[in-house]
Amino acid sequence: MDFLRPADWEEALAAKAEHPTAVPIAGGTDVMVEINFGHRRPEYLMDLGRVGDLAEWEVGEDCVRLGAAVPYTRIMEHLSAELPGLALASHTVASPQIRNRGGVGGNLGTASPAGDAHPALLAAGAEVEAASVRGVRRIPIDAFYTGVKRNALEPDELIRAVHVAKADGPQQFSKVGTRNAMVIAVCAFGLALHPATRTVRTGIGSAAPTPVRAGAAEEFLNAVLEEGGLWENGKIVTPSAVKRFAELCAAACDPIDDVRGTADYRRHAVGVMARRTFTWTWESYRGARRTTEGAV
Amino acid sequence: MTAVGAPTGISQGSRTRGGVGESTLRPDGVLKVTGAFAYASDMWHEDMLWGQILRSTVAHAEIVSVDTSEALATPGVYAVMTYDDLPTGVRHYGLEIRDTPVLAHGKVRHHGEPVAIVAADHPETARRAAARITVEYRELPLVTDEASATAPGAVLVHEHRTDHHAAHVPHPNIVHRQPIVRGDADAAAGRADVIVTGDYSFGMQDQAFLGPESGLAVPGEDGGVDLYIATQWLHSDLRQIAPVLGLPEDRVRMTLSGVGGAFGGREDLSMQIHACLLALRTGKPVKMVYNRFESFFGHVHRHPARLHYEHGATRDGRLTHVRCRIVLDGGAYASASPAVVGNAASLSVGPYVCDDVDIEALALYSNNPPCGAMRGFGAVQACFAYEAQMDKVARELGLDPVEFRRINAMEQGTLMPTGQSVDSPAPVAELLRRIKAMPMPPERQWESSEGADVRQLPGGLSNTTHGEGVVRGVGYAVGIKNVGFSEGFDDYSTARVRLEAAGGRPVVTVHTAMAEVGQGGVTVHAQIARTELGVTQVTIEPADTRVGSAGSTSASRQTYVTGGAVKHACEQVRERVLDIGRRRFGSHHPAWAGAGLLLEGGKVVTDGGEVLADLVDVLEDEVIEVEREWRHRPTEPFDPRTGQGNGHVQYSFAAHRAVVEVDTELGLVKVVELACAQDVGKALNPLSVIGQIQGGTVQGLGIALMEEVVVDPVTAEVKNPSFTDYLLPTILDTPALPVDVLELADDHAPYGLRGVGEAPTLSSTLAVLAAVRDATGLALDRTPVRPEHLTGTA
Amino acid sequence: MRVNLTVNGRPQQADDVWEGESLLYVLRERMGLPGSKNACEQGECGSCTVRLDGVPVCSCLVAAGQAEGREVVTVEGLAEFARRRAEGGAAPGARAGQSASLDAARRWQAGGTDSQTGEHIELAPIQQAFIDAGAVQCGFCTPGLLVAADEMLERHPDPSDEDVREALSGNLCRCTGYETIMDAVRLAAARRSEEARA
Repeated sequence: MDFLRPADWEEALAAKAEHPTAVPIAGGTDVMVEINFGHRRPEYLMDLGRVGDLAEWEVGEDCVRLGAAVPYTRIMEHLSAELPGLALASHTVASPQIRNRGGVGGNLGTASPAGDAHPALLAAGAEVEAASVRGVRRIPIDAFYTGVKRNALEPDELIRAVHVAKADGPQQFSKVGTRNAMVIAVCAFGLALHPATRTVRTGIGSAAPTPVRAGAAEEFLNAVLEEGGLWENGKIVTPSAVKRFAELCAAACDPIDDVRGTADYRRHAVGVMARRTFTWTWESYRGARRTTEGAV
Repeated sequence: MTAVGAPTGISQGSRTRGGVGESTLRPDGVLKVTGAFAYASDMWHEDMLWGQILRSTVAHAEIVSVDTSEALATPGVYAVMTYDDLPTGVRHYGLEIRDTPVLAHGKVRHHGEPVAIVAADHPETARRAAARITVEYRELPLVTDEASATAPGAVLVHEHRTDHHAAHVPHPNIVHRQPIVRGDADAAAGRADVIVTGDYSFGMQDQAFLGPESGLAVPGEDGGVDLYIATQWLHSDLRQIAPVLGLPEDRVRMTLSGVGGAFGGREDLSMQIHACLLALRTGKPVKMVYNRFESFFGHVHRHPARLHYEHGATRDGRLTHVRCRIVLDGGAYASASPAVVGNAASLSVGPYVCDDVDIEALALYSNNPPCGAMRGFGAVQACFAYEAQMDKVARELGLDPVEFRRINAMEQGTLMPTGQSVDSPAPVAELLRRIKAMPMPPERQWESSEGADVRQLPGGLSNTTHGEGVVRGVGYAVGIKNVGFSEGFDDYSTARVRLEAAGGRPVVTVHTAMAEVGQGGVTVHAQIARTELGVTQVTIEPADTRVGSAGSTSASRQTYVTGGAVKHACEQVRERVLDIGRRRFGSHHPAWAGAGLLLEGGKVVTDGGEVLADLVDVLEDEVIEVEREWRHRPTEPFDPRTGQGNGHVQYSFAAHRAVVEVDTELGLVKVVELACAQDVGKALNPLSVIGQIQGGTVQGLGIALMEEVVVDPVTAEVKNPSFTDYLLPTILDTPALPVDVLELADDHAPYGLRGVGEAPTLSSTLAVLAAVRDATGLALDRTPVRPEHLTGTA
Repeated sequence: MRVNLTVNGRPQQADDVWEGESLLYVLRERMGLPGSKNACEQGECGSCTVRLDGVPVCSCLVAAGQAEGREVVTVEGLAEFARRRAEGGAAPGARAGQSASLDAARRWQAGGTDSQTGEHIELAPIQQAFIDAGAVQCGFCTPGLLVAADEMLERHPDPSDEDVREALSGNLCRCTGYETIMDAVRLAAARRSEEARA
């Protein structure tokens, strides 16, 4: 095993081009587990810890450019206004020690369906900035997950950052685990209201071979909100519509039975989380709307 | 902390600081908080090698061939050993039955069985070399449950059994079976107004001590070996190790290193023999440290069980009879299974009066992971079922569950199903009364002005509810556990105590082989010495095999038995020092001739408090050293047919009340409070006692809600050997744990004490489950109860 | 490969480090600092918690090479670290590590003769509180908990119970049931606020 220590991003890309099998390591919270237990013996381990800008973020006009190695703790502490869904998801990642090291780049690189960031990124709408010596490209999050623990990266590419639209409405994230902290998702659900585009987006974790959106559920709900003029009038969404939305979210799952939970439970829980997170966000939206109108 | 009942006969030195009854702090505390305490995995030696085990990847198979050539050729590898390399004809070990191969021979019987061992200069080299050993398996049919174990033509896990249980069991795939028949259950059933039956299933729990199995073996110049090891019982290890190595016991010198928890999981050998074999083969020190993955294969687990119960009761709430059948899965090797069967059978009715019982408990041999000792063994599984039954019967009768238990609560003098009279306090009703009288935690404690605090809600940080679907439930349970080794076992301990003057003050040295695994035995030994000898300065020597056996740190027995041995040895030392005093100073003061002289504050005093002499002046240059064995009252085996017999030496009792909040839609549980009342006879160290009760309580909580070693029913492979998927309660899963301690002396025990460690693990589980049942209205007949069981999606 | 880092204020060097080794292994096996513990080696127990450039992390999940040039504080240096912090200095202490030799197996009993001893050893307030509250049983989780709890109190001198639970939710303990650990953290916080008032 060789340990590569690129001093900056250019060196990292050059090294990855030269050694496409090199495994990048930043927080180490996935890679080191595999090495400690002999499940993985990469030829090259490439420490990205010296590439400073990976751990930085920029808040732009409409978008946050989040370095791939910004620790979850930082996201929780500094980006809960801009990226509330991702900040909530970050708070559910493993333990404080892991949140101090791990970042979104690791979740994306590993592309495990259980990664906590995925549902939030799907719901918020994100683009993955992938780079190689050949250039930089942005991969829409919907096209990023290609299979179980597989993603759209080319062998010579590294994840540099994620571009996430700043929240234009309430966002929520829920995750079910069998204990109340430090737990891998049995399943997870992210939801974001986008009043600017009059859309709702979702993300489901750990209930299909890849993180997925509940497309049919989103379409259904978008139609309900549209037809009722609910974005404008801020009325409640009928319980039957919320129920239908939850059912469609559950139906978007393609889960398995495993040691963490049954497929039936996952479908069921995704439905419950869909209903609750939508209710929370919609109530928040209505509340904010009332406050705004009251101010006018 | 409340004390009621009789004073608990402290004879000596109540005025000596740091004695019995005080919350003296741990002698190893400073080392443990500074990182200087040397655990087994911290051992280091110049030029040491690292040992690694290759384990079977299948559960039941013939070994067709083993090829170690590639491993041996790996640079940095010093030795590779298989069964054929074992030095003597003794190639098996075991606690009671020597049925466990040191390295697999001919076949493997469970997933993860050791097949070969490697020593290399770096752990990674050893791991890689082990991975290069090629083992060809021919898979055999699996025994995975009672049906497959006892089916006609079932494959035998062990052929040609010759152990002492073999003749009494109904099938060779049954390790041991214990019936208990007392009274006439059939006739009594006729008097019952209600009869309630239930089938329960108890999951496999892991001890999950945090310090993984580790040790360092150093070859000696005399051809022997020094082994630094984390274990629960040095001398039991020694008896199993030495014959395999072909060494006399005095050339296998064992020293206890720091032990990172045990809970039963270190009662069996793990890497002890392997490390010694490699050290003797290579002539170099060999260190072995399991990682967490391997630890799940490296020790026995708590027996999973299937339990069938029938309870009858009259309309006025009195039990008429109990019938039960408890089937424990012992896995591939016997380990402690026979004793677990004995406990499960004899404690199967719980702390209740019932004269007509028909009980059967048995343990299977199977190709599942071996199961053995874990905190409260046998009693834990039984309590889960009988307390569930008690709730069911109460409901059937329309009685409050606590009241129904109180009506049937045993007391001193009650006869156990074995016919044994409970001859010390059995305050079952009082414990229940206390637990019920404790104030309830406030409702909706998670609500604040800033909204819901998810950390106090089911799901915790995962943000699954802000109060939706949350229902509160309350549950009660009480349990009974035996203390000490039972069924005629010669359960003794040895203590060596030395008293001398050093630097102008008297000092005491206590030497035992007791395994300090975290329970605080070292603290208590020092306290006993202070109390008995009136000396503040007490040194606890390292535990090793240069002193006689202290028995196992298990069965809640160490304070009782090794504590008893220390007390006994101290009393002998006291007699000797008083003799010297009488010789030297008897003529100076008439009180020397009297009885009732005490040692207090470094002085010899009369019972009236008059100082006769300083201990240093009595001792001068004399060193008084006494080594004594001490045994508790003898017990007898249970009759193999009727189960009758005075099988246990002491019983201990604890009761719990659980308050839970359940997210009934998602099936997630937050335990809000888990209160315990326990009788400890006499709290030698109240802080340690409470620590034991709280720790045991949370292990019980873990059983109820999350802990289970999942074994694939088709392949018998362990599915979750990691802390990622074997979940232990975190601090956010753990509620406030109020403790109410009773001290009702057992006159047969030193200071009146009662073993503490295990009882709280029994009733905790069922109290939590009862509370979840109360919240959900579901029957819940298994442990652990997972979200899918609470949402109809299992 | 060679790795240089600062541990508890003192420059340390390790040679012949295998590239897959963790910081935990290097501390324990190459630098004679076995205080950080190896309970799970998968980031699920917190027993190996150290501060890496001030931040609590699981040292089992830091590749040794990633620690090159960084500052590490382990439980062995916690007392010194806390003292310097109290004195207003930011630099971690320079307490030398002790290697766990064979004699170490005997040392604890020989050294820790009874609870009244140990007064001469410098302890961080959180270390003293763990002893006083009975939060130490087997002690295997203790080093990681101490590092995590000390850092939490540094940020949060007066935490609520739920804050404490959240901050320590990455540290498993199998012996205590956590109640005495809660007591210890409350005790350390109370002593600190008393001192601040005085």
